[in-house]
Amino acid sequence: MALPQQRPILITGGRVIDPANGRDGIFDVLIADGEIKAVDQSIPAGSLDGAVRVIHAGGLVVCPGFIDIHTHLREPGFEYKETIATGAAAAARGGFTTICAMPNTDPAIDNAAVVDYIANRAASVPARVRVFGCVTKQRAGRELADMEELISAGVVAFSDDGDPVYDAGLMRLALTYSRDLGVPISNHCEDHELCPGGVMAEGWVSSRLGLAGIPAVAEEAMVARDISLAELTGGRLHVAHLSSAGSVAMVRQAKERGIPVTAEVCPHHLLLTDAWALGGKGDPNVAAGPLAYDTYTKVYPPLRTETDVAACVAGLADGTIDCVATDHAPHERVSKECTYHEAAFGISVLETALGTLMSAVHNGDVSLPTMIERLTTGPARVLGNGLSQYTALTPGTPADLTLFDPDAAWTVDVNQFASMGRNTPLDGVELRGRVAATIAGGRLVFEEPAVLNKGETA
Amino acid sequence: MVATVSNEPEVFQGNAVPVPGLRRHVLDLDDFTAEEIAATLDNAAAMRAVLERDVKKVPALRGRVIMTLFYEASTRTRISFEEAGKILSADVINMTASASSIEKGESLLNTGLTLQAMGVDVIVVRHPHAGAPHFLARNLSNVAVINAGDGAHAHPTQGLLDLYTAREHLGGLSGRKVVIVGDVLHSRVARSAVWGFAKAGAQVILSGPPTLMPDPLTPGGWGAAGNNGVANPLANVSVESDLDAAIEGADLVMALRLQSERQQRGFFPSLREYIRRWQVNDARMARANHDALLMHPGPMNEGIEVSSGVAHGERSLIEEQVTNGVAIRMALLYQLAGAVAVEN
Amino acid sequence: MDADEIRRAVTRMFHEILERNHGADGLLLAGIRTRGVPLAERLAEQIRQAENVSIPVGRLDINLYRDDLSERPRMRIRPTTMPVDVAGRTVVLVDDVLYTGRTVRAAMDAISDLGRPLRIQAAALVDRGHRELPIRADFVGKNIPTRQMELVRVRFNETDGIDDVCILERGTA
Repeated sequence: MALPQQRPILITGGRVIDPANGRDGIFDVLIADGEIKAVDQSIPAGSLDGAVRVIHAGGLVVCPGFIDIHTHLREPGFEYKETIATGAAAAARGGFTTICAMPNTDPAIDNAAVVDYIANRAASVPARVRVFGCVTKQRAGRELADMEELISAGVVAFSDDGDPVYDAGLMRLALTYSRDLGVPISNHCEDHELCPGGVMAEGWVSSRLGLAGIPAVAEEAMVARDISLAELTGGRLHVAHLSSAGSVAMVRQAKERGIPVTAEVCPHHLLLTDAWALGGKGDPNVAAGPLAYDTYTKVYPPLRTETDVAACVAGLADGTIDCVATDHAPHERVSKECTYHEAAFGISVLETALGTLMSAVHNGDVSLPTMIERLTTGPARVLGNGLSQYTALTPGTPADLTLFDPDAAWTVDVNQFASMGRNTPLDGVELRGRVAATIAGGRLVFEEPAVLNKGETA
Repeated sequence: MVATVSNEPEVFQGNAVPVPGLRRHVLDLDDFTAEEIAATLDNAAAMRAVLERDVKKVPALRGRVIMTLFYEASTRTRISFEEAGKILSADVINMTASASSIEKGESLLNTGLTLQAMGVDVIVVRHPHAGAPHFLARNLSNVAVINAGDGAHAHPTQGLLDLYTAREHLGGLSGRKVVIVGDVLHSRVARSAVWGFAKAGAQVILSGPPTLMPDPLTPGGWGAAGNNGVANPLANVSVESDLDAAIEGADLVMALRLQSERQQRGFFPSLREYIRRWQVNDARMARANHDALLMHPGPMNEGIEVSSGVAHGERSLIEEQVTNGVAIRMALLYQLAGAVAVEN
Repeated sequence: MDADEIRRAVTRMFHEILERNHGADGLLLAGIRTRGVPLAERLAEQIRQAENVSIPVGRLDINLYRDDLSERPRMRIRPTTMPVDVAGRTVVLVDDVLYTGRTVRAAMDAISDLGRPLRIQAAALVDRGHRELPIRADFVGKNIPTRQMELVRVRFNETDGIDDVCILERGTA
């Protein structure tokens, strides 16, 4: 990300929540030359030289820019679903200043040339783009990729996401080999034999709809395997998009035992249940009418029960789950405009993430500073230290910030999305919590005047 | 020719009494009320009288176009719809698509939009994927959709004809004990029958290999009175894998077709063991009520899920189910044609 | 019309039916559901009392023969029942009100699909005019001139618990 610099920005009167510095209060923030210049109780605009953009942020939260360590940018290979440019624009609208491209592209990100290609394509987009490399060559699950070469090219972690590293022996080798490289192996945990043909969570809803189910144990069996392998090898395991109560319990126990494991959870798994597939926006008591089989609810891991949702929320609150990751998975129309069986897995998440997450805050299940921690220092911690400079509002560090109104109610309208993926079950749903502005590298990359103006008048 | 129905009750009922609920589509029975089911069965009785006449033709749906769109092989269901439409004077066009065309050819949506543009009024769809009829119903604004079987989900017209057949023989269905035996997990016939019989007030017991029993269809679970203050419409449904226990005192036994691939996939050890534990035979029917009835949705694997003696015995309603299927489909086509007319 | 007037009208109608057809031989009264049925049964009962002959009464549901499915959707259909074959009979269609003639037209089609009657006649308790088809009643209890916007409501004890006929403004029924 190298964008032309803008005039300095002064953000006044906002509630600054900066978990890395333990700060939570009303402060002014001054940004210039792409950096945080000052954070103080009062920075009078008149004291500054020249033209300054002043943002009155009363009523808004000002925090480090969000980091997403699980973003499908689809480029190269699937530019009809998303490009790095549109994905980055969606990130900016969602308050994310750093996103991590997943390697299930075509070609897969299994060599330095593809990493370089992505870096070039990301040079002038409105978000920092980091890259995950494949665990195995061509993501085929047979031989390890050239991990050190990938790291040298800038890869921040490894994953064969979209598919698990299925062979337990190979997963052991990956964890062992990567141990000295300082980056985690992220695994998409799914035991195929336990969910043949499965398209949604196994339970009363799948039974009602006559759809093949994916039991929670299909995820949990592999989470258990991987935790044991992490314990055995000492390699760093990251559990991608953890979604079941059983997985949360296992990760919690593993952490208590000191096993090097981290975990992420997606916004949708913190709010939506399998009942959304009935077409009644989650109402479990609707009959399965024409709106049922909503293919926008088809995602892996599947939307599960209220018990699983509650366990994930609790895990995020108590730190068992280190961070939120969107698993933003944009798809073109026809991938979802078909029967549930045929539909692609995945939800376009970046632009609804904050509004979705804030429901757990408004419910009182997760504090606002904790939620921000799970979107900033949390994901940086998972990846090691490479991103920590972007997670604190410390003078002298790059100015990556998100301003949002925690209470603003708004209705999701996919036609407003910057993402090419309009695939979300939340279209038309009212959420509370909306991004007002996103600043990446000192540049205002997104602003929502309607939300920002609230600060002007506050 | 004398057209009579001997058991017609001596009640005058207004011609202007509509079937309750403005129904656009028939997707499954879970959104039918008990009253709508009863009204549909009543209409089917009138249609059955038409079927028994020399002149099996009425002009009710003259000028309407019905399309049967079958993505799975079927003989009896498709012909049943075709006959029903033709007796009602609709034009019936049949379209069959091989399974491979689903993957390669025109998408289901584009097929539906094309048919809608051609002025088709009703699409009767069978599809191997659950929810395909819902998908069409959601995307087509001027067409009524009837589900003729979608994946393992539902087969509502079969469910209604089962109810009709059972009601004709048992009188009412309330409090009757209905046992559904076999591969319930993969059976759309069974799922629709569960909704239908439960809504009609029957006690429904599912029996078969534990590996082929589905999860409950409602949040509370089988037999639960309710969930979070909402009454469970399937409170009178239960699972009993031991058929000898389940069939005790049954008024109606419905055997499901067993597909041999289930054995190959390991759902049960062998056909021999299946027959030993779950075949509906004379010895098992003897445990049911002395006048208990047998139904089967067909096509039947005689000697596997049902013994030959029971299949062709005097309690078997299998052939009657076929005739009643035409009457039920006539009733539904008539009711839907009216609903589309209202909306347009 | 009150109960007495209805009774007198029915009496006059049955006399006319017998007179026109030279007795009760070969007659079949086909009541059009709903209120044609009790009217047909009253006619048959009066004929039985007066002449000591039993005339068969059938019930005709004409919903499947209507030409206005679009306006009257999703009706409940009741079976058509004829106690004897219509072939060779004089079928008297019986309805409470004769209005546009479309019901009688549908009823004639319905009868024709059951067999080939010798002839078909039509009887109505009330003829309110406004015919839309070239149809007339052979037997009428009472001619009641109406405006298009009015409704004629006939109630019978058997169906409604009271015998009366009144004219209502459309929308008040």
